[in-house]
Amino acid sequence: MDFRPSRTNTTGSALNPVKIIIAGGFGAGKTTFVGAVSEIPPLTTEAALTSASLGIDDTSQVSAKTTTTVAMDFGRITLLDSVILYLFGTPGQDRFWFMWDELVLGAIGAIVLVDTRRLSDSFPAVDYFEERDIPFLVAVNQFDGSKAYTLDDVRNALDIDARRPIVFCDARRRESVRQALIALVRHALDVVAAETRQRGLLSEASAHVD
Amino acid sequence: MDEEWYDEDAGPVVRPYAVTGGRTRPAANRALELVALVSTTAHGRAMLRNLDPEQQDIVLLCQHIQSIAEISAQLSLPVGVARVLVGDMIDAGLVHVTRPTRPTERPDVALMEKVLDGLQTL
Repeated sequence: MDFRPSRTNTTGSALNPVKIIIAGGFGAGKTTFVGAVSEIPPLTTEAALTSASLGIDDTSQVSAKTTTTVAMDFGRITLLDSVILYLFGTPGQDRFWFMWDELVLGAIGAIVLVDTRRLSDSFPAVDYFEERDIPFLVAVNQFDGSKAYTLDDVRNALDIDARRPIVFCDARRRESVRQALIALVRHALDVVAAETRQRGLLSEASAHVD
Repeated sequence: MDEEWYDEDAGPVVRPYAVTGGRTRPAANRALELVALVSTTAHGRAMLRNLDPEQQDIVLLCQHIQSIAEISAQLSLPVGVARVLVGDMIDAGLVHVTRPTRPTERPDVALMEKVLDGLQTL
């Protein structure tokens, strides 16, 4: 039955869905960022969670047997060659890590949007992507009159590795968002190239055949 | 060879969706990805009048390619429900799905370069 989903792309179809994750604290501008470049108005999808899915720690906020929904905003950009790029904003609350785990699976990488007025809000996202070796860059969202910090200030405050890109970004401006996305994909390609070099060295040593 | 002809990637021989019976989650392995792209088949269009309302909605919506995430958002269905419905419809030949080539890993270099080119000419 050839209409079943198969592991490889179905024959005759050259479509390629890909995704990039947009993370950051509440109010950092994720939805604005997505909306600036998306060809559709940002959509919200909801995953329903019963209280059983939530951590025990959270029951203070969620009475037993209630259902919480985790909302994810996302947008879509159709690129050349039938590549469809989806941008997913992470659910606002950092406690929904298991949602992030699904979101990041198969992603090109992530952009962590930072509001310099609330730098610490971006710590969890930075930690999350660092721990999982997911390519990401930091985009400092330029809110009106919030140019009090240099990129180096932010890099130091967030303890971001010198090799990791950090850029200014105005999440309201399409061109600015586009440049941030380009910088991320470049960075992801750099990461892959570095990994490939490393694997090359390893396989030379062990004559491993893949 | 004596080994079974399918491997674990093939999933169960009877797809979990086929016996959903109201469950909102397909068995843990191989759930359709959020970005899996769904499009209505000719058979789906032909069957429109015979379908459940939710299936009709999906057949109509997916005349233009939509991801699982979009189906969920546009039809106000939780993602899990959208997955199960679409899974059933794939098995019934009503829709066709294109899944990411490497669902659990970063896309390969060639695809990432396409994305880069695409963004640069956007």
